[in-house]
Amino acid sequence: MPILEIRGLKKSFGTAHILKGIDFVTERGQVTAILGPSGSGKSTFIRCLNRLEKLTEGAVYIDGETLCDMQDGKVVYAPEKEAKRICGKTGMVFQNFNLFPHMTVLDNVTAAPIYVQKIATAEAEKTARELLARVGLSDKENFYPSALSGGQQQRVAIARALALRPEILFFDEPTSALDPELTGEVLRVIRDLAAEHMTMMIVTHEIEFALGVADRIIFMDDGYIVEEGTADALINHPQNERTRAFLNRIHR
Amino acid sequence: MNFLSSSWAYIVEWFSYSERILPSLLNGGKITLMVFVLTLVMSLPLGLVISLMRISKIAPLKWFASAYIWILRGTPLLLQLYFVYFGLPNIGITLDGITSAVTAFVLNYAAYFAEIYRAGIESIDRGQYEAGKVLGFSQSQIMRRIIIPQTLSRIIPPITNETITLVKDTALITAISVSELLRAAKGAVNRDMNTTAFLLAALLYLFFTLLLTILFKFTEKRFSRHIRRES
Repeated sequence: MPILEIRGLKKSFGTAHILKGIDFVTERGQVTAILGPSGSGKSTFIRCLNRLEKLTEGAVYIDGETLCDMQDGKVVYAPEKEAKRICGKTGMVFQNFNLFPHMTVLDNVTAAPIYVQKIATAEAEKTARELLARVGLSDKENFYPSALSGGQQQRVAIARALALRPEILFFDEPTSALDPELTGEVLRVIRDLAAEHMTMMIVTHEIEFALGVADRIIFMDDGYIVEEGTADALINHPQNERTRAFLNRIHR
Repeated sequence: MNFLSSSWAYIVEWFSYSERILPSLLNGGKITLMVFVLTLVMSLPLGLVISLMRISKIAPLKWFASAYIWILRGTPLLLQLYFVYFGLPNIGITLDGITSAVTAFVLNYAAYFAEIYRAGIESIDRGQYEAGKVLGFSQSQIMRRIIIPQTLSRIIPPITNETITLVKDTALITAISVSELLRAAKGAVNRDMNTTAFLLAALLYLFFTLLLTILFKFTEKRFSRHIRRES
């Protein structure tokens, strides 16, 4: 059973049609990188999968459960409680980290387990410390986010997302807001997760990274997936004209 | 020598006069302080309720809060005070002076505090709501745990301002014959044909606002621990 299945996804903001019909399936443990020029709908695509945006049309199935599908020509979502539980199987890492600035690093990671999942504080903290060790920030647990570099903040954000034990993790341009010398430490953490077979979907502009970490890459343009293939095939032997043009621009 | 000793005598007399009238001023000051404290402890939470209604997605709540703020900010506080004290008895609600004063002040200041809270809440980045949502927080948890705590450090300066204005606005209730600090001072001035009481009243107001300023500075620091100050 695929961990994530998307059928006929369309998304419009008023008269602006951002996504024009996306079909997509990913299996457990697969790492998918999403490439494409800005404005092609990559971020919107990810945001449609955890209810940050509501679909205009289409169906989303997560781990075999229906988050939303079409009924009588309209998108119908699962009841709020169900939808929340289903989306709880996903985690999200944002371009701008979105850490909670008034909480320490440790509190950022434990907040959702404690307040949402009602896990005992001691247990949540134990898990959080393990995760912080995994992203290499054990010594920062009592720092506030403003005292950390961008790369460190993003690693905390990854630990925070992992604390809820998601089945699938979405990354929305995780390194785009970072100084070039800080992207490496974040990409390394993501690579480690890939090695542990975490299912991930990563919107990125880092071609080399995508090539190294992704099992497959989808290339989006103008609201469609225009090409899809193994990382090697798509980057080194692109078939589609637009993919080629994009890769040429980026590599230059 | 003669000049010095007469000056000294004058100073001594001034102090003994001040000492004589100080108790009545302090009695007035107690009323001022009471109106101030009651207004603050009730208008701060009421303001939060109104600001949450104002940003609510439920239209009638939004309209009510908007109208409330428009009316309470759009008319003079003194007029509102008259309305409560002289107007409400017409519909069978008679309140004594202090209760009238506190009622009018709470309603008025809640409107101002509501707008301060709203500005604070709306200044928080949308990404904070999104992070809360993808982590599974409910709408009310997002407000309580994520948004409102972050607004505290931002709203304390404007709240300080309003609070200091409130100290001085309490002088308005002299208009409905409540014997607060200013009225006590005025009484002494009229009786003794001596303006010393005004000076003492000014010093008492200044002392009070100074205390508040220090208190709020401390509070602001406490709530901005997470903000790194660029040196």
